[in-house]
Amino acid sequence: MKKLLSLFFLIVLSKFSFSQSGAPEMADAMRSSGKIYVVACVAAIVMIGLIVYLVTIDRKVSKLEREIKSRKKTS
Amino acid sequence: MNIQKNWWKFLAIILLLYTVIMGFLGEVPAREILNETIRNLYFHVPMWFGMMTLLFISVVYGIRYLSSGKTDDDIIAREAAHAGVAMGILGLITGSLWARYTWGTWWTQDTKLNGAAITMLIYFAYFVLRGSVEDEQKKARLSAVYSIFAFVMMVVFILILPRMEDSLHPGNGGNPGFNKYDLDSKMRMVFYPAVLGWILLGVWILNVRVRITRIEEQILNDYSGMKDQIL
Repeated sequence: MKKLLSLFFLIVLSKFSFSQSGAPEMADAMRSSGKIYVVACVAAIVMIGLIVYLVTIDRKVSKLEREIKSRKKTS
Repeated sequence: MNIQKNWWKFLAIILLLYTVIMGFLGEVPAREILNETIRNLYFHVPMWFGMMTLLFISVVYGIRYLSSGKTDDDIIAREAAHAGVAMGILGLITGSLWARYTWGTWWTQDTKLNGAAITMLIYFAYFVLRGSVEDEQKKARLSAVYSIFAFVMMVVFILILPRMEDSLHPGNGGNPGFNKYDLDSKMRMVFYPAVLGWILLGVWILNVRVRITRIEEQILNDYSGMKDQIL
């Protein structure tokens, strides 16, 4: 019984020390696989930003085109 | 934006976002020296595809101008060359950075590298030529003829000469490059959409540049018309 108890303690202790040596694991996808997801996110944000910028330029040009068209009609 | 008319712009957005996300998260084969830089394939190589597409548009509209004489064809030819050179410069810079960490040098006397650099110089000369002729029609005609020469030279320097000699760069000479050993099916799933996405982005930029130039022309025309009335 004593042997069994000490074995149990050893197992618990080893478990405990194992969890202490490793970093505290949190359910956080952004930190897994060397934080590559962060890089993917940053690149995606840059891409989205550039695309939004291009879309606004595109719309601005469309507005100018409409303006010129309407001026052509009135004059 | 009108979806029916500008569906390809939406396609470009979707493909580019897919490229950026899958480019970093997708599985790639493990290779010595290359390591994770193999992912540059999705970003460096499409620059050249984009450049070649835009320069092709440029030469097609240059030839069209020679037969039609329409200013609009010349505008498209010029702006396509402009956007194409921009993508080519990005290709050169990214390639140089990639070379630094795989071949150990920013630049090496390699057929493909020098060919790409010479192509850029040939197209710089295209803009110098345009800038040095005053007469609009003469400028358009001269540069259209020159762009045929420039495009052929681009094909020779980037696609033909490097294949005839040994080269460090993949896809040339004795180097098998990104063939079936390196470019596996998982990479193809990202690479082909990436190429299409970047080409569409280049064409989109061309589209915006052409429309701005047309507006510019319109305003200049109106202004010169007004001047005639005043004088």
